[in-house]
Amino acid sequence: MKIIKDKKIIEDNWSHITDDDAISLGNITISLSRWNDEKSSLSSHTGKIGIRLAPSDIIEDISDDLNKISLIGLEFPAFTDGRSFSHARLLRSRYDFKDEIRAMGNFMPDQVFYLSRVGVNAFQLNNSDQLEAALSTMNDFTVQYQASTS
Amino acid sequence: MYQYTETDQTLIDERVNQYKRQTKRYLQGEIGEDEFRALRLMNGLYIQTHAPMLRVAGPYGLISSKQLRMLAHISRKYDKCYAHITTRQNIQFNWPELENVPDILADLASVQMHAIQTSGNCLRNTTTDPLAGVCIDEIEDPRPYCEIIRQWTILHPEFAYLPRKFKIAVSGSEQDRAATQFHDIGLYLVKNETGKTGFKVLVGGGLGRTPIIGKIIRPFLEKQHLLSYLEAILRVYNLKGRRDNKYKSRIKILVRESGIEQMSKWVETEWLQIKDGMEVSEDRISSIQAEFKPPLYETLAKQDAGFESSKTESSAFNTWINLNTVTHKISAYRAVYVSLKASNSPPGDITDKQLDAVAELADQYSFGEIRTTHRQNLVLADVKQADLFALWQKLDRLSLATPNIGTATDMICCPGLDFCALANAGSIGIAKEINEALDDIDYLHDIGELKINMSGCMNGCAHQSVGHIGILGVDKKGVEWYQVTLGGSSENDAALGKRLGPAIAKNKITQTIETILGVYIKQRQDNEIFLDTVNRIGVSPFKEAVY
Ligand code: SF4
Repeated sequence: MKIIKDKKIIEDNWSHITDDDAISLGNITISLSRWNDEKSSLSSHTGKIGIRLAPSDIIEDISDDLNKISLIGLEFPAFTDGRSFSHARLLRSRYDFKDEIRAMGNFMPDQVFYLSRVGVNAFQLNNSDQLEAALSTMNDFTVQYQASTS
Repeated sequence: MYQYTETDQTLIDERVNQYKRQTKRYLQGEIGEDEFRALRLMNGLYIQTHAPMLRVAGPYGLISSKQLRMLAHISRKYDKCYAHITTRQNIQFNWPELENVPDILADLASVQMHAIQTSGNCLRNTTTDPLAGVCIDEIEDPRPYCEIIRQWTILHPEFAYLPRKFKIAVSGSEQDRAATQFHDIGLYLVKNETGKTGFKVLVGGGLGRTPIIGKIIRPFLEKQHLLSYLEAILRVYNLKGRRDNKYKSRIKILVRESGIEQMSKWVETEWLQIKDGMEVSEDRISSIQAEFKPPLYETLAKQDAGFESSKTESSAFNTWINLNTVTHKISAYRAVYVSLKASNSPPGDITDKQLDAVAELADQYSFGEIRTTHRQNLVLADVKQADLFALWQKLDRLSLATPNIGTATDMICCPGLDFCALANAGSIGIAKEINEALDDIDYLHDIGELKINMSGCMNGCAHQSVGHIGILGVDKKGVEWYQVTLGGSSENDAALGKRLGPAIAKNKITQTIETILGVYIKQRQDNEIFLDTVNRIGVSPFKEAVY
């Protein structure tokens, strides 16, 4: 599967494990609740670990674990749910999270520009045919009124 | 008035191009219906009963004559030769074609205008006092702060997908003419004990289905913290506002459900963490203030002899002066309301010819500036006493001098069943009927100050819940009925109207209003206005007379 990362279209090298799947080798993302349940056993995992956050998850709850995490996936159940925009901004500016923040799921290519301005640097669209369109929207504006987070 | 910098212009030009591409992709089937809906709404485009409706931002109600001419041009080229002024000081076109909207936006951008965020669940146009900068009771001109807020809201990347729409109003005077207490955030410019000017911040006010008066979240906020404080409120709302039910998703519900103390705790905690990085510098404030410096007023006698004698000679002129003009901070000038409430046209509507003519009059008599008002009229804010008679004659010829500002026929009225897909009942037709019933100018003036607000459904776009008389269209088994409330106010003494009784049938509504006014005339004491009489005697005497 292809994604956008740092303004390039690349192959996704992460496995996204649902709560029912067994943990696989390599780089994995899991839900926050699974992370909370299996944190200690996952400390011996060989690949990198990413956590997927639902809009209703509270960022503060993972702030102490961020140093063990290499990717935060912000899940969009619906593109109209804007909570993840604030989550991204908080992760970057308040918790100083430097690794990948990835928007996942049901968001629009036309939201990629705003998402990148609040600190999201990777985009996994449900429909990967739209990646080119998404990439091009990142150049929609050359000016802005508010400070961006990156 | 504020002039765009190169950055401002680039931004709106780029926005036009972005929307052009989005429209094209939509028409080619590359953007889905729901997705495009969100995108077009944030460019001001609704789809309603008959056709799309485009809402153009009138930033805090300030428009130049050049911009007004462009609006006239747009109404001719893309619409049916008229425009509509909304209660949020915006301008609406009711008949544009979806395909043409990118071109309309490009025309608007050519005169420093846009339709960005005039609808959708985002930060909307900031509104203020139509008499800002010229009224006699001003603590400080609110417009520079409105412009600072405008820039902060436009394309704010974090707050474009809020639980619901979000409206901010700023008032800078003693008398609140901006319905500030009924906004998601209301800002009052106030002085603290040491004489420093800052903001009293209210949160969680709103009209619509659940009208609520805003609560004070901070009695005094220093100016430099304006944006960080707004950002803190918005972040709390974006994260905690309800998204499960669109009728419960405004910030007023969050404030009501959590309580103002809890809300304040959340906001203050957030604010403390961001305030130092987001200060609005004094330089920034003064450079924006410089854009709103007063025009070059002439040094004139306090009273113009010709003006005084015209008032004595023409009682019609005198009446117009008393009702449609107000005192100006410079005594030789007055601010003039251009009434868009003539009996033969829908409240708030203005034709292309009138738009062009008002632009001309603004150039000739009022430094080329026009303001839109929350009660759907226009204002020429800086007219010399000596010019008033000539201006009045010209406005009169244009049917723009109906002497009814602040009276019963200066109704706020939403588009209702005629244009709005959500409407339960007609409003424009009723407004016309009431207008005709109160046609006797002496009777109208005898009734005096009265605010009638009428909405075609619960959404309350015309703020019926804060009308001295509120009229709300309801649907009873497919028939239009009207719920009447008395005693609402959106000013300093903010209050929600109380229900008169059961809903009234369509053919009885005008008669009901007349009965209500009859009770007022009988019961009023001295110079008491309608609202004060209702507050003194309560709703019962009115109810007894009507039912
Ligand atoms: S109040 Fe109702 S009918 Fe009137 S414009 Fe608003 S949504 Fe439409």
